[in-house]
Amino acid sequence: MTVFCLVELESGAVADASLRALTLARGLGPVAAVAFAPPADLPVAELAAYGVSDVYAVAADGYAPRAWAWAIANLVPGWPDAFPEGPAGRRPAVLAAGTDRGNEVLAHLGAIIGLPMAANCVAAAPAPGGGLELVRQRWAGLLLEDAVLDAPVALLTAATDAVAAVPADAPGPVMVHAVKSELSPADLMMRAEEAPAAAGGASLATARVVVGGGRGVGSADGFAPLEELASLLGGVVGVSRVVTSEGWRPHTQQVGQTGTKITPDLYLACGISGAIQHIAGCAGAKHIVAINTDASAPMMARADYAVIGDLHQVLPALIEALRAR
Amino acid sequence: MTEAPTRASAVIIGAGIVGNSLVHHLALLGWKDLVLVDKGPLPNPGGSTGHASNFIFPIEYSKMMFELTKDSTEQYQELGVFTESGGIEVARAPERMIELKRRVTQAKAWGIPAEHLTPEGVHKLVPYLDPSVILGGGYFPTVGVVDSLRAGTLMREKAQAAGALTVLSGTEVLDITTAADETGSERARSVVTSAGEIQADNVVICCGVWSPRVARMAGARLPLTPIVHQMISVGPIALFAGTTGEISYPIVRDVDNGMYERQHGGDMEVGSYAHRPILIWADDIPSNEAAVLSPTELPFTQDDFDPQLEQALELMPELLGDEKAGTRYAINGLISMTPDGHPLLGEVPEVKGLWSAAASWIKEGPGCGRVVAELMSGRVPTVDVHEASAARFYPAARTAAHTRDRAAEAFNKMYGIVHPREQYESTRPMRVSPLHARTTALGATYFETARWERPQWYATNEPLLDKYAGRLMERPAEWESRWWSPIINAEHLALRDGAGLVDLSAFTILDVTGPGALAGLQNLAVAQLDVPAGRVVYTSFLNDAGGIVADLTVMRLSSQAFRVVTGAADGARDAQWISDHLPAGAVLTDVTSAWATIGLWGPRAAAVMDEVLDEAEKWTRSAFPFGSIRSVEIGGSVALASRISYVGEYGWELHVPADQAGHLWDRLWEAGQPHALVPVGIGVYGTTARLEKGYRAFGAELTPDFTLVEAGMTRPRVKAQPFIGKQAYLAQREAGRSMSAAVLATLTVDSLVSADGTPRYAMGGEPILALDGSRLVDSRGRPSYVTSAGSGPSAGSHLLMAYLPASVSPVGTKLLVEYMGEQYPVTVASHGAVFDPSGSRMRG
Amino acid sequence: MEILVCVKRVPTVGGAITLTADGQAVDTRMSGFTISPHEECAVEEAVRLVERHGGSVTVVTLGPVAAEEQLRFCLSLGASTAVLVETDGSELSPFVTAAALASVASAGGHDLVLLGNEASDTGDYQVGIRMSYFLSQPVVTGIKALDFAAETSMLTARREYRGVSETFRLPLPAVVTVKEGINLPRYPSLPGRLRAKRAVIERIPVLSTIDRPELLTSPEFRVKGLRVPAAGKRSAVVLGSGVAAVPELVRVLGELGVLP
Repeated sequence: MTVFCLVELESGAVADASLRALTLARGLGPVAAVAFAPPADLPVAELAAYGVSDVYAVAADGYAPRAWAWAIANLVPGWPDAFPEGPAGRRPAVLAAGTDRGNEVLAHLGAIIGLPMAANCVAAAPAPGGGLELVRQRWAGLLLEDAVLDAPVALLTAATDAVAAVPADAPGPVMVHAVKSELSPADLMMRAEEAPAAAGGASLATARVVVGGGRGVGSADGFAPLEELASLLGGVVGVSRVVTSEGWRPHTQQVGQTGTKITPDLYLACGISGAIQHIAGCAGAKHIVAINTDASAPMMARADYAVIGDLHQVLPALIEALRAR
Repeated sequence: MTEAPTRASAVIIGAGIVGNSLVHHLALLGWKDLVLVDKGPLPNPGGSTGHASNFIFPIEYSKMMFELTKDSTEQYQELGVFTESGGIEVARAPERMIELKRRVTQAKAWGIPAEHLTPEGVHKLVPYLDPSVILGGGYFPTVGVVDSLRAGTLMREKAQAAGALTVLSGTEVLDITTAADETGSERARSVVTSAGEIQADNVVICCGVWSPRVARMAGARLPLTPIVHQMISVGPIALFAGTTGEISYPIVRDVDNGMYERQHGGDMEVGSYAHRPILIWADDIPSNEAAVLSPTELPFTQDDFDPQLEQALELMPELLGDEKAGTRYAINGLISMTPDGHPLLGEVPEVKGLWSAAASWIKEGPGCGRVVAELMSGRVPTVDVHEASAARFYPAARTAAHTRDRAAEAFNKMYGIVHPREQYESTRPMRVSPLHARTTALGATYFETARWERPQWYATNEPLLDKYAGRLMERPAEWESRWWSPIINAEHLALRDGAGLVDLSAFTILDVTGPGALAGLQNLAVAQLDVPAGRVVYTSFLNDAGGIVADLTVMRLSSQAFRVVTGAADGARDAQWISDHLPAGAVLTDVTSAWATIGLWGPRAAAVMDEVLDEAEKWTRSAFPFGSIRSVEIGGSVALASRISYVGEYGWELHVPADQAGHLWDRLWEAGQPHALVPVGIGVYGTTARLEKGYRAFGAELTPDFTLVEAGMTRPRVKAQPFIGKQAYLAQREAGRSMSAAVLATLTVDSLVSADGTPRYAMGGEPILALDGSRLVDSRGRPSYVTSAGSGPSAGSHLLMAYLPASVSPVGTKLLVEYMGEQYPVTVASHGAVFDPSGSRMRG
Repeated sequence: MEILVCVKRVPTVGGAITLTADGQAVDTRMSGFTISPHEECAVEEAVRLVERHGGSVTVVTLGPVAAEEQLRFCLSLGASTAVLVETDGSELSPFVTAAALASVASAGGHDLVLLGNEASDTGDYQVGIRMSYFLSQPVVTGIKALDFAAETSMLTARREYRGVSETFRLPLPAVVTVKEGINLPRYPSLPGRLRAKRAVIERIPVLSTIDRPELLTSPEFRVKGLRVPAAGKRSAVVLGSGVAAVPELVRVLGELGVLP
C-alpha cells in the first residue's frame, strides 16, 4: 500500500528534512510524494532519486496547514468511508518531515481522520504483531521511545536530525498527478501571509556551517568575531539558551531543545559548556569542533575536535589565518 | 584531557574551597608532585562551594571555630576577595534579646567588635527592615562576604605556579586502594581515577558532601551527611539598582526564624535553616551530567520554604513584597553536617595516609586547608583542632544512622539558642554502663558524652536538699538552671561529708602491652612511667611544640603491661595518638567495653571498703598508699583498685570486669548504707569537686594553646628519658612561671547579684576583665576567658578557672567577669585548690 | 479576555537523563518537576494580554494531584484560577489529553486557549491542534509574536519558517500554541507565591471530561519503553591549546570541506 510523503520544497529543491523523510518512507512501501506546488515546479529528478514513484502536485496558494491536511486526507485510500483492511505493514501511511510544518500538517491530518500521529520518528518498520514498530524522539532526541503504531493509516513524521538522507539504489520513473483540492473557507482561515523575515540570511536549521556562542562569549559585543567567522565560512551564528536569556542575541538564533535543531556539516561551538538542552539541538551536526577554556566541559565530550583555550584569542587568530589563505 | 601522573606525593580529592586551600598550603610547606582531582569542571566543580551564600560571621561560641573562621577570613582578605558588609542578628523574641547579650559578651571574650542595637538602630543600617517586628539586634561590623570560587582559583594557581601541582578536572575517583604496611596497619596506596591510577602515600578527602562515599572506597567511615539548606534569590531589587559591587547593606540574620537575608548585587538572597531537615544519601547525589543545575543544587521544594517567605516578607515588606521582583533562583542546596557540627580534620582512624578535610563550610575552609596541610607535614597546627579531629569519634558515632539522626536534630538549631549543656535526644541511649539499670533505678538524669550515657545526678538524692538547704547555691535564673539541679551540689556536700559511689564506666581503657610498651609510652608521657608494677601515674602528653595533647593516668600492671585510663570524650583521639607513636613490639588494645569503673570516695570511703574487703585482704586497706594499684577481692569478685582521686577525697577507682560490675556495685551499696554512702553523678565528679580542687580538665584548661608551666603542672624533676615535646618543655621550664605569658588561676565570684537583683552564675567562655572593664590579653595575644565554671559548695563560692596575664595573676587580685552583658567582681583565689589545698583529705 | 492556558507537569532535566530501572519513565528522584519553557511563555503571554486588555487567566493541567505544584507556580506568575484534571499520573494519549482539556475550555467559554508548541517530555506536537477540532475553533502553532486588536477582536500571530515570516490573522475564540522567545517570562514574586499558595484549585476527575473511559488507553499506539540513545560521547581529538592550535584547526576545517 502506498506511503504518502509530504515533501517541502526550498529554493526549487527538495528540502533536506524531506529527503530524510523520503528515506524513512521508502522502507515502508512504494512512496507517493505530495507537494504543494504546480507540477512544473517539481524537482522530479531529485524525487526519483529518492525512490518516489508518484507525485501528487496539489495546487495551493501559500501555506495553510488545515487546508494542506485536508488535501492529503482526500488522497488517503478509503477516507472518509472505510479504511482498507490490510496485513501488518501493508496499510497506507502518511509521512512528513519533523519540521514545524510537517508536524503541524500531520497533527491536523490526525485530528481530521481521527487517528494517532507519531512525531519525530527515527526508525519505522513493520511490527511482527501488526502495525509499525517505531522509535520516536522524546525530549528533543535526548531520549528514545520504542512504540507500536497499529492504526488503519499510520501517520508519522521523521526526525530532522536523526534520519539520514540516502538516495534510492534503483530510481524508477515518476508519475506526476495534478490535484486540485476542494477547500472550505474555514480551512483557509489559517493561511500564512508570507514575507521575508526581518533577520534574513541563511536559515539556522539548514545552514551548512554554524558558529555557536555560549556563556563564554561574555557579552553581546563579544559576538563580533563569531559573526565574522560565520560569514567567512558561509554559515550563520547560533547560540545557547543562556545567551538569549541574557539578551545578548535574539531567540531566533537559539540552538537547542526549545530553539532550533541544526544539522550542519560543521558546528563550531565556542565557549559553550554543553548543557543537555543545547546538545539536543546540535546532536545532528556531522562534525563538532569545540573551543573552550575548560577541557572537562561536557561540550568537549560531544565534540570530534577540541581546542582548549579562550575563544577571544583563538577566533581572531583563526580569522586572520583564514583571511591569509 | 590532562594525563594523570602515575605517582604523587599526595592526591587531593575535591577542588572546592578546602581542596584548593589545602594544595596551596601544602605547596607553601614545600610539597611537590601534588595532584588535585575533581570530577566536575573548574572553577566550579559543582560542590557546596559553588552555591554557597559566602558570608562570614566571625562570632562563634567554640574557640576552635572562632579561630578557624578568623584565620580563614584573614586568608580571604590577603587574596583580596573579602568585602566587609557588617552583619546584624535581629531578635524577635525576648529570649533572643538575652541570647544576644550572651553573643556580644562572647564576642568581647574573643575580641570581635560587637554592639547592641535598638530596633531604630537596626533600621538605620538596614532601611528596608521593619523595626516594629523586632526587639533589637546584635551588630557585628566585621561580617563580610567572600568570593570563594575566586579564592579557590587563586590558591590553586599559586600551587601550580610553584610547580607543585597537577590539576585533573573532569576526572572521577573510582577507587582508593590500600594495603597493610610493615606494622600491619592498613595504608593508602593509590587512587584509581578515570584518567588512570596514581600511586600516592597520602590521599586527602576534601570532597564535602561526597566525602563519606569516597572514604568508603578505602574502607573508612566519615560521619558526615549531606543535608539540604534552602536558598532563594529575589530580584531585581529596585533599591539595590543604585548600589555598586556585591553588597552595600549589612547581612541580616533573622535568627528566631532560622533565616538570613543578604544582598547579592541586584538581588536579595534569602536562606533558611528553619525548614524540615531534608537529608540525602551521599550515594544519591546526582552526577554532574545528570544534575539539573549542579549536583549540590537540588530542585527547590517550595512547600518547605513557604513559611519562611511569610516571615521574610514580614521583616522586609516593601523590598521583598515588590511585585516586580521575582524569585530568579531557588535551590535545595546540599551542605555537609556532622554529628557535633565540627569539621572532620586529620588522618582517619582506619587507614594510615588517608586524610580528611571534610565538613568545612566557606567561613572556615581556608583555615581547615591550612591546618590539614600542617598536620600532613608533621607540624603542630596553627589552630588547635582537637575538637575537629577526624579520629574523635568512636565507631558507634561514625555510623550513618547516628550521623543522620543527629544532623536532623541539630539542623534546626543552626540559628537556635543552644545551651552550653544542651542535650540531644536522637539515637539514645547507645552506650550504657553495665550499671545502667541500677543508676536508672536511682533516678539518674543522664548526660551524653561520646555516645555514653553518664548519670549527671540522682533523683533519689532529693532528700539531701533539705539537709543541705542554704548551701546549695540555687540558680533562680532559668538559663543557668537548665540541664542542672541543686541535687548536684547536695551530692557534692554528701560526698565530702560521708561517701559517694560514682559510675565511671564511660572511661576509655587502653591496654598497652609487649616488650616495647614501656619505651613506647615513655616516649609520649611527660611523667616517669618506669615505675614499679602496682603504681598509677598521672601524666600529660605533649606535641613537639610543648602543647598539651592529652591528660590521663597510666597504671603499670606488670613489666610489659600498662593500662591507660582516659576520659570518654578524649579516648578515641588519645588511642589514635598512642597507636600512631607506638614502636614495634608494643600493642594497643581498647578494652573499654570489658571494664566497668566504680569510684568510691569520701571521708567514710575507708569504712565502706573495710566492710566489703575479703577478710584475708583487710590488711591491704591500710597499706594502700596514694598512687598505688592493687588487685583486691570484694565480695567474691576481683577488682583492680587504684588509689587516686579527681574529687579530692580518700578512696579508689575500682576497675572490675563488666560482667561483675553489678555485683560489686551492690556489695558496695549495701556496705555503704550505715556510712551515708550516696550515688554521686558526673556533675560533682567533673565539675564541682574538680573545681574546688583546681584539677585541670583536658579541652578546657589543658589544650595545645597553653603550656604545662602556664597550667601550673610542672613536676619537680624532668625525667631523663626522651619524650615528645621535651625540648619545648625544658625551654618552658627554663623561662619559668614568672616569665610565662599566662598563669592559670581559680577565681571566686565575689558578688553574683545582677542588675535586677537575681543571682547569676557564669557558665564558661566569658571574658575576664580588668577592673576598668577592659579586656585582658596576655603578651602572646591570648585573651583571658573562663575555661571552666561551676559551684564550689564546700568552698562557698561560685568558681571560675581562667588563664590570666601574669601581671594580674597574684592571689588576691580583683578583677571582673562579664556574663550576659553584666560585670561581676571576682578575686584570684588560688593557683591550685581552693578546698583542702594541702590535700590531706585525699591522703587519708 | 478570558484565557485558558494548558500546561503539563514534566521532569526538570538539566543534564543527562536517567531512566527508572524498568525503562518506563524518567528517574525524577533528584530532578524535580516543572513545565516546559514554551508553556512558561504561554502563561506569561496570557498574563500580559490580560494586563493589556482585561479579563483573567485560568491555568489547567491534566495530571496527578502532585501537578498542583505546577498550577501554583503558574498562579504565582499571575494566573488567577487553576483547574486540575486529575489522573492517576499515567501517560495519556494526545487525543485524550486534547479531549479532556477541550472539555474544560468549552465549559469555561474562554476566548483564547494558549499552549506550548509541544510538551518537552513526549514531544507529540498535536494537543493544541486536536483541541481546536474538538472546539471547532481556528488554531495556529509555534507562534513567536501575538497581538490582539480589541476593536476588531482579531488576533495577529507571527512565526518564522525557513527565513520567511508567516503571519496569521484569526478571530476569537481560537487556540494558539507558542514557542519560547515570544516573550521573556517573569519570575514569581514573593507576594505572588503566597497568593498562589492560598489559592483553591478546582479538581475535576479526568473521567468526567471524556465520554468514553476506554479511550484512556489507546490500542492504536502503545509505548513499549524508553531508552537513552547510545550515540553521544565522541572522543574529541585535542588540536592544541590557545592560538597555537590555529594552524591545526585550519587544516581540520579544510579536511571537513567547509573552507570556502
